[in-house]
Amino acid sequence: MDFLRPETLAEALEIKAERPDAVPIAGGTDVMVELNYDHRRPAALLDLTRIPELQQWEDGLRVGAGVPYVRIIDELGAQLPGLAMASRTVGSPQIRNRGTVGGNLGAASPAGDTHPVLLASDAVIEVASVRGTRMIPAAEFYLGVKRNALEPDELIVAVHLTPAKGPQQFSKVGTRNAMVIAVCSFAISLFPQENRVGAAVGSAAPTPRRAPEAEEFLASALDFKNPKPLLDSVKREFGELVSRAASPIDDVRGSAAYRKHALAVMARRTLGWAWQELLAKKNGSEERPCA
Amino acid sequence: MRVNVTVNGEQRQADDVWEGESLLFMLRERLGLPGSKNACEQGECGSCTVYLDNVPVCACLVAAGQAQDRSVRTVEGLAEGDQLDPVQEAFVEAGAVQCGFCTPGLVVQAHDLLDRVPNPSDPEIREALAGNLCRCTGYEKILDAVRLAASRR
Amino acid sequence: MTLTPAELTSAVSGGIGTSPQRPDGNLKVRGEFAYASDLWHEDMIWGATLRSPHPYARITSVDITEALKVPGVYAVLTADDVPGRNLYGLEHKDQPVLAVDVVRYQGEPIALVGADHPETALRAMKKIVVTYEVLEPVVDMETAVDDTPLHPGGNLVRHVPIRRGSQDVTAEVVVTGRYEVGMQDQAFLGPESGLAVPASDGSVDLYIATQWLHVDRDQIAAALGLPQEQVRLTLSGVGGAFGGREDLSMQVHACLLALHTGKPVKMVYNREESFYGHVHRHPAVLYYEHGADHTGKLVYVRTRMYLDGGAYASSTPAVVANAATLGVGPYEVDNVTVDAYGVYTNNPPCGAMRGFGAVQAGFAYESQMDKLAEALGMSPVDVRVRNAMTEGSVMPTGQVVDSAAPVAQLLKLVQDKPLPAGTSSDIRELPGGVSNTTHGEGVVRRVGYAVGIKNICFSEGYDDYSTARVRVSMVNGSLSAAVHTAACEVGQGLVTIMQQIVRTELGIERVTVLPMDTTIGNGGSTSASRQTYVTGGAVKAACALVRDKLAGRTDIGDEVIDETTEWRHRATEAIDPVTGQGNAHVQYGFAAHRAVVDVDVDLGLVRVVALDCAQDVGKALNPQAVVGQIQGGSAQGLGLAVMEEIQTSGGKVRNPSFTDYLIPTVLDMPPMSIDVLELADPHAPYGIRGVGEPPTISSTPAIVAAIRAATGLALTRVPVRPEHLTGT
Repeated sequence: MDFLRPETLAEALEIKAERPDAVPIAGGTDVMVELNYDHRRPAALLDLTRIPELQQWEDGLRVGAGVPYVRIIDELGAQLPGLAMASRTVGSPQIRNRGTVGGNLGAASPAGDTHPVLLASDAVIEVASVRGTRMIPAAEFYLGVKRNALEPDELIVAVHLTPAKGPQQFSKVGTRNAMVIAVCSFAISLFPQENRVGAAVGSAAPTPRRAPEAEEFLASALDFKNPKPLLDSVKREFGELVSRAASPIDDVRGSAAYRKHALAVMARRTLGWAWQELLAKKNGSEERPCA
Repeated sequence: MRVNVTVNGEQRQADDVWEGESLLFMLRERLGLPGSKNACEQGECGSCTVYLDNVPVCACLVAAGQAQDRSVRTVEGLAEGDQLDPVQEAFVEAGAVQCGFCTPGLVVQAHDLLDRVPNPSDPEIREALAGNLCRCTGYEKILDAVRLAASRR
Repeated sequence: MTLTPAELTSAVSGGIGTSPQRPDGNLKVRGEFAYASDLWHEDMIWGATLRSPHPYARITSVDITEALKVPGVYAVLTADDVPGRNLYGLEHKDQPVLAVDVVRYQGEPIALVGADHPETALRAMKKIVVTYEVLEPVVDMETAVDDTPLHPGGNLVRHVPIRRGSQDVTAEVVVTGRYEVGMQDQAFLGPESGLAVPASDGSVDLYIATQWLHVDRDQIAAALGLPQEQVRLTLSGVGGAFGGREDLSMQVHACLLALHTGKPVKMVYNREESFYGHVHRHPAVLYYEHGADHTGKLVYVRTRMYLDGGAYASSTPAVVANAATLGVGPYEVDNVTVDAYGVYTNNPPCGAMRGFGAVQAGFAYESQMDKLAEALGMSPVDVRVRNAMTEGSVMPTGQVVDSAAPVAQLLKLVQDKPLPAGTSSDIRELPGGVSNTTHGEGVVRRVGYAVGIKNICFSEGYDDYSTARVRVSMVNGSLSAAVHTAACEVGQGLVTIMQQIVRTELGIERVTVLPMDTTIGNGGSTSASRQTYVTGGAVKAACALVRDKLAGRTDIGDEVIDETTEWRHRATEAIDPVTGQGNAHVQYGFAAHRAVVDVDVDLGLVRVVALDCAQDVGKALNPQAVVGQIQGGSAQGLGLAVMEEIQTSGGKVRNPSFTDYLIPTVLDMPPMSIDVLELADPHAPYGIRGVGEPPTISSTPAIVAAIRAATGLALTRVPVRPEHLTGT
């Protein structure tokens, strides 16, 4: 095994072009587990933690693939509340100090915590190689269980997101109250100016995925210009449509039936919280419902 | 490969490091610092928590090579000679130590918490320590220890 | 690093009844306490274990040729290399050191590799070629006895019947139930580890994390074909045990590799291997019928219970006896019918875990008591108090309880504790925690109660003793004592207790605890909540001998007083194999819990808000350690109630990791207020009553009772899963 330590992105891309079998490692929260447990013996490790370009975020927003979760929580909570909420549920504080959104995308586990938020908030993944840069919408990034749209010579460089223009929520079910992998998860983003909603499920299908019928239903059922208290029937229907968007399996973490049920509950609740926030804003209150 | 790393303020060098080795293995088996513990090696227990460039991380999830030219502080580097750090002292006094296998990781993690938040609330302590499993105490006396240490700092 | 553990001398003082600091506390917080996995020896190599991927298969061939060729490999060993008896076990010698011809559980050891680096050992293991004829595994504990026999004597390990009073009496109110307990893991944090060092004379030293040095030694010596004195064990730092280290794991393996290669051999399991490397708590299926009169007085209890021992017997016979003899709980019942069966299957081997048979029965009988309360329209506490055992009560075995049994008092203590404040608005204090699943929606708060009973020390006529040596000499002009035993400190604080006893008995402040090893006589197992009782008793007895020789002197010059003695508790009796009658147990311990639980009834998520406990400990030798044991035991009970289970499918473990075998975090544990009663047992040293296990028994059913109250669901299985609560 080789251990490769590029100091710049350009150098890293050159190495990756020459050594497509080199496995990128940043926070190590997935790769090292595979190494420690002999699940993987790559020909080389490509350490990305020395590359300054990956560790920065810029207004706009372009979040470097190597920005750890803790910085998203601490520095980007106001602009990216959904991503910050999801980041807060990732593993332990030690994992959040080290793990990155880039790593979440690289692993492309259906249970990755940030995926539903990236989908629901129209994130675009910036990937690069010596051949150039590609911008891949999140909805086109996840191809299968632990498979993503990266070519062998490409690295994930950044995630592009728009600062939230409306309320966002994230919710995840696990069988422990902390440090738990998602049994299933759900993210919602409201785009009031565009009369539009983003909704996506995690850990409930071979890939994280959007719930387009649920999104369309809300877009037509909600009046963003003159928001009124939500009807229970709207919440229920939304929950049903979110649940239907999932195609979960039975596994050691939970049953398919439970996942579908829980998604409907989370969809109803998070919509309620998001809408409450919108109503509160319209009424001049700055109160946020989330602790 | 060779890894040069500052550990507890000292410049250290490890030779013949296998590229797939973790920082935890290198500390424990090559640098004579077994204080950080090997309870799960998958980032699910916190017992290997060390400071890496002043940020607490699971040493089992850091590749040894990633520590090149970085600074590591382990549980062995918290006391000043015979003088325990207040967090260490409080853990012994409060009865927060039973088998003690989780203790090194908890001590480092609590040390970091109190550096950042001198007087944490109970929910803050719990959220900060939620990545450190303890199987002996039920955590009550660990909370007592953190509160005691906070009151003394 | 030295292999010999440090002698422990505390800078603080304090006799019994106080809470001096642990003598190993400073070392532990500094990261300098040497656990078994921390040991290092010049020139040492690493051992690794090849394990079966199949729960049940015939081995048709094992080819180690290619593995031996890997550079850096020193040895590859199979069953052919076991020089002594290739069978061991705590009660039945039925488990191979390395498999011969057949594997009976997934993870069964087949071959060993010794190599210069763990990675070398792994690469070599992959080159060992084992061919199998895969067989249909036996996995159902209820039908196992009639299934394919897995051992020569069939699949019944032990049947314990109890017949007391009338067997056909009827009652006005009858409740029945079928209950299931999932397979819990001890999940001690320090994985199995040890270092074996060969000596030039063919003997071996093993530095090991274990619960019972002498029984380890006897089993190792038999397997190695060595006289016992040529196998020397020294206890290393132990990272928790909870029953999971009472059986052998890598002890023989490391010694085999060391003797074969002539090099020191270190073996350390990783977490996955640890799940395969030790026994677990028996999963159980329990059928109960309770009959009572209209006042709630129990008329009879009938139960049939199955405990799945998995592939090898381990301590199944004793676990079954506990489940049977404690099977009606801490209640007076005149008419009792019990049939408890421990069976072999191809599931993971099960044996000792904190609570040891009493946990499985406890969940079932306490669930039944709640069901009975509901049928009678009584409160759960009232129906328990109505039937509560007291001193002088008669057990289903006919044994008279001859010391305090304050069951009603314990229940009332937890009932009278203040209730926690209302539901929080901080998501960290709500079901789901930071996962942000509720801001209060769907959350229902309810309360549940339970009480439990546990036998303390070894039972059924076992010669249960410990050996202690106390040496006194002058150091710097004052008397100084050293205490030596082979009783294993696994984290519980025996080292502190022994110092306290010596200080109280001899009035000597400076007390050193010597390393625990096999150069002294048997200390017995660190299990059954027995070490403070039995080894404490032995230390006290040794002190009495020393005190006689001291004869009040405070200066003994160059004299060294060195006394060793064995101490045993009152004898117990075997139970009658047909009626189950007999004075089986030496002491009983009791604890009661009140759980306050917030349940998100829509998502099926639970947060325990308070878990208060009252327990009688006879005499709290170290009050801080007593509370620590009760809180820790309660936490393991919480784990079993709502999250902990080794899930198997066709005999295969589906979740051998801390990612999917979940134990409670600090965000899952509530504040725990503990009331400690000290009602001295006149038969025990200082009146003490074993502490470690009782709280693990009542914690689980109290939590489940609260969840039942919140949901209205029957909940007959632990751990309770979100699926159970949401009907999905």
